[in-house]
Amino acid sequence: MKVCVVGCGAVGSLFAANLAQLDDVEVWAYDLAQDHVDAVNRDGLHLSGAGDLVGRLRATSDPAELPECDFGIVATKAMHTGPAVAAVTGALSNASVASVQNGIGNEETIAGHVQRVIRGTTFPAGKLLAPGHVQWDVKGDTTLGPFEGSPAPMEDVELLADACTRAGMPTHAVADARGPQWRKVIFNASTNPVGALTGLTHGRVCEDPELRRLVSELVNEGKAVATAQGIELDADPEELIDHAARPEVAYDHKASMLQDVEARRPTEIDYLNGGIARFGDEHGVPTPMNRAIWALVKGLERSW
Amino acid sequence: MRTCVVGAGSIGSLYAAHLATVTDVLVLTRREEHARVLNEEGLRVTGRHDFTARVTAAADPRDLPDFELGIVATKATGVESAAESLTGRFPGATIMTVQNGLGAEEIVGRHGDWPLVSGVTFMSGTKHSDTHVEYILDTPTWIGPYRETPFARVQEIAALLVDSGLKAEALPDLRPAQWSKLIFNATVNGVAALTGLNHDPHFAAEREPSDLGHLVHDLVDEGKRVAAAAGVELHDDPWEMNVLATKRGSAHYPSMLEDVDARRPTEVELINGALVREAERCGVEAPLHTALYRLVKAREASYS
Repeated sequence: MKVCVVGCGAVGSLFAANLAQLDDVEVWAYDLAQDHVDAVNRDGLHLSGAGDLVGRLRATSDPAELPECDFGIVATKAMHTGPAVAAVTGALSNASVASVQNGIGNEETIAGHVQRVIRGTTFPAGKLLAPGHVQWDVKGDTTLGPFEGSPAPMEDVELLADACTRAGMPTHAVADARGPQWRKVIFNASTNPVGALTGLTHGRVCEDPELRRLVSELVNEGKAVATAQGIELDADPEELIDHAARPEVAYDHKASMLQDVEARRPTEIDYLNGGIARFGDEHGVPTPMNRAIWALVKGLERSW
Repeated sequence: MRTCVVGAGSIGSLYAAHLATVTDVLVLTRREEHARVLNEEGLRVTGRHDFTARVTAAADPRDLPDFELGIVATKATGVESAAESLTGRFPGATIMTVQNGLGAEEIVGRHGDWPLVSGVTFMSGTKHSDTHVEYILDTPTWIGPYRETPFARVQEIAALLVDSGLKAEALPDLRPAQWSKLIFNATVNGVAALTGLNHDPHFAAEREPSDLGHLVHDLVDEGKRVAAAAGVELHDDPWEMNVLATKRGSAHYPSMLEDVDARRPTEVELINGALVREAERCGVEAPLHTALYRLVKAREASYS
């Protein structure tokens, strides 16, 4: 099968390099960073850290070079989903296309360009060290399921999940993938912006009882919006938050949004707290705290 | 008549210089060096007025003669140590506070039984050096009696301020004005400190769902509900104060943002903290102001 990874940053690279290990999968990567593309084509895509390997694959910044693919894996930052998928619709017109991005609303955007969409949530993480070289920080599971509004056939979901699992990225195919996605979104929306606004690491956010209460207020609104949509969370985001605060897990971790803010890059706030607020509106659930946090982080972006 | 201004930041310097044109003025500074240059060079005012005044300055209250009117013009964070330095002295003085927020009178009252006058000031200035302040906004100082202080005494002080060339008004009950400014400051200073935005038109924008004006409006409405529960009828609508201020052309750099940028302690306790405690006392919910208060406190905690 042919797979096109759309957006070959840290997470996209984890999928691309691992899938490239399989004999029955031909991997293509579409990315706009020409130095990264050139390095991958010249030397392969190197992963180091939680796993050390080199993926041999074809990368390009020119959509016209892409062959017609069976699967797409969209791994851009959430704000780039629309333009990125629009650019590669030629290669993906008959493909089943999965999002493994942060936030909510990506599948809706993808469905504006292709017909068969897969809702996905992934926990592995890493960072781009240099062109062609990604550090794999954390291993973790991925969940895929047909996107309700414009679903890929379940057998396609299973094929892609099987390929990822065989490649060393454990992936579950499920009928309803909303639970894991909302758990992760609620986790991210309730902790990342608090770190971004205060400058505190995840552990310090959680050990301040007043701030931890604010985090819970955000979690509770997110849970109410999930419940109103009939979504059953696969686990309580509160547990994930407390687990991550442990010294041996992610006490000292600066949320990616805090890293974005420190580097003055646009954040994914529109797809986290903004997404919760938007879905809350659609289902008549008030989300004043997520809305407030959304406005504050947008304000922060506008101050640059 | 002799007046003592405690704290010679921009507001204190504006009071001291103007009052020195109609009374003897003493200035109690924090730094020795500041007192020395004031004694040598006097205090220069530019901007809306242009003159240089002679003042008698000292950094040690034991070096000061008795006075009849004391104006505590430190930041809210400096009131405690200012009041401490007056303890046991100046029995004939009336002490006036002009801090942002609530509670400065109580702090001074704990250090002596001077009659107290509450003040709020809307004037603004920029301190260019220890001996030079630019008078920027010539908006008034409103003053009113605190507890048993006779209104006649308040009127005398207002008349003195007006004689000195400043704008001032005596009000039988200051709380409506004090609360208008409290809600305005809690909202604008808190949002500015967290977003890094000067008080600019973003604070009044309400077009897009993530526009900051919605949050500012919600914070103001929440503050108004606390005021109503506290039995205070506001002198000015804080939302209108906000809109008006953002239309002035040059955006104001709020002091709480200035403090956060310099990683200094902010006035959050006496502003946002005071509003949150009033809400608790009156039994009304103030979730947004509570969140703002927690976030700014956490931002201060991130300095270390």
